[in-house]
Amino acid sequence: MIPSAFDYQRAGSIAEAIALKQGAEGDARFIAGGHSLIPLMKLRLAEPSLLIDISGIPGLSGVSEDGGRVSIGALTTHAELESDSVLLASAPVVAEAAGEIGDQQVRNRGTIGGSLAHADPASDLPAVVVALDASIHIAGAGGERTVAAGDFFSGLFEVDLAEDELITSVSFDAPSQAAYAKLRHPASHFAIVGVAASLTVEGGVCTGARVAVTGASTHAQRLGAVEEALTGSSLDDDAIAAASAAADVDDVNADLAGSEEYRQAMTRVFTGRAIAAAAAR
Amino acid sequence: MTVPISVTVNGRAHELEVEPRMLLVHLLREELNLTGTHVGCDTSQCGACTVIVDGSSAKSCTVLAVQADGGSITTIEGLSAEGEMHPLQQAFWDEHGLQCGYCTPGMIMSGVDLLERHPDPSDDDIRRGLDGNLCRCTGYEHIINAVKSAAGGAE
Ligand SMILES: Cc1cc2nc3c(=O)[nH]c(=O)nc-3n(C[C@H](O)[C@H](O)[C@H](O)COP(=O)(O)OP(=O)(O)OC[C@H]3O[C@@H](n4cnc5c(N)ncnc54)[C@H](O)[C@@H]3O)c2cc1C
Ligand code: FES
Ligand code: FES
Repeated sequence: MIPSAFDYQRAGSIAEAIALKQGAEGDARFIAGGHSLIPLMKLRLAEPSLLIDISGIPGLSGVSEDGGRVSIGALTTHAELESDSVLLASAPVVAEAAGEIGDQQVRNRGTIGGSLAHADPASDLPAVVVALDASIHIAGAGGERTVAAGDFFSGLFEVDLAEDELITSVSFDAPSQAAYAKLRHPASHFAIVGVAASLTVEGGVCTGARVAVTGASTHAQRLGAVEEALTGSSLDDDAIAAASAAADVDDVNADLAGSEEYRQAMTRVFTGRAIAAAAAR
Repeated sequence: MTVPISVTVNGRAHELEVEPRMLLVHLLREELNLTGTHVGCDTSQCGACTVIVDGSSAKSCTVLAVQADGGSITTIEGLSAEGEMHPLQQAFWDEHGLQCGYCTPGMIMSGVDLLERHPDPSDDDIRRGLDGNLCRCTGYEHIINAVKSAAGGAE
């Protein structure tokens, strides 16, 4: 399968990428790893007139930490996230979730920026950035802005990103205890459901919880009732069971991988597993 | 529109003019006659088209040739130096890691990436590392044995 014809330009900087996009006629698209976009182009579900390759822009790749704040460049690949020493020490939940994406070849090419911008309802990293209350840093012609991950995802493949804006990085406070639990589609490897839980525990009591689910609905969303049930609890088995029973998803997906009922049930199961894993971390 | 690119494939430098929509697998097979890299599914699922791009495995049906500009690519043909089989190729032979052979070039290239990451892989590392490659013949067990034996032999 061959994509329809398009022009191709390489951007050497963020400013050049934005300028190319603004100057383009027709449907111009950024391309990073290409592992969401190229499959769509081969199926001709996407027929851009111009691809602006951002993968060579310097300074947009890698993970750093400063005073407990972790920052990940948009071009960092899933494979890099999976084995990054800063993440493994400060935010193993990100490495864990990245390691669950697709397969090795996909992880070698796909990037965190592409994954968040594309916002596939079954993609893994959206749940993680929402649970970590991450900031998404965006550059556009008018300058830079930051959006909270919880406000970034708004619908099916819908995010708070204008046509000529680029995600440059993602940052968050290193979580004290967080984990990701995923029910993997056996063929596609995407999440049938995936749940990320981030907990703050003081003296054996949970003083704060952010829990988010992906795969279950149009976009990653917080499970507010679960967070409320966890807060103030001792995180013992009964508390985790009670909290995960409250995992109600708005607007549940149904497809060949699972009915609404199944996805809702699996959301409860994987919410319990993510909380238990985070509590044990 | 065509775009000039330079790529090094199996150690040989090439300067080419390509349409941006040309997939890397077509560049390899149709422009460079390296037909060892197969197209199985053409939908990013099966891994038959796996090659090494700048040190990491990639499904060449899901990479544009223009994205490989300036890069270095190794295909199955690039593994055997002077007619000597690569340890993974020999191990697939010895352990009966193939039947029809259609998936084999991709399996071996994924094996190269996998042994780079895990020189002494556990069974689980091998299964995870080959997750992106499908085989309709062998039932996988002999493939896993082949990778294990190649890792042992390389020690
Ligand atoms: C076989 C297969 C299995 C997969 N399995 C999984 C899985 O299990 N879990 C999962 O989460 N994902 C999975 N993926 C998707 C994969 O993670 C993609 O790599 C990722 O979703 C997109 O990243 P990319 O860099 O490849 O983006 P691209 O394909 O290059 O771009 C995707 C979209 O985002 C835009 N974009 C890219 N970067 C930016 C940026 N910095 N700023 C603004 N816009 C940008 C592009 O314009 C495009 O519209 C799978 C993909 C394949 C092919
Ligand atoms: S042909 Fe490329 S993954 Fe199947
Ligand atoms: S040997 Fe036939 S597909 Fe693997």
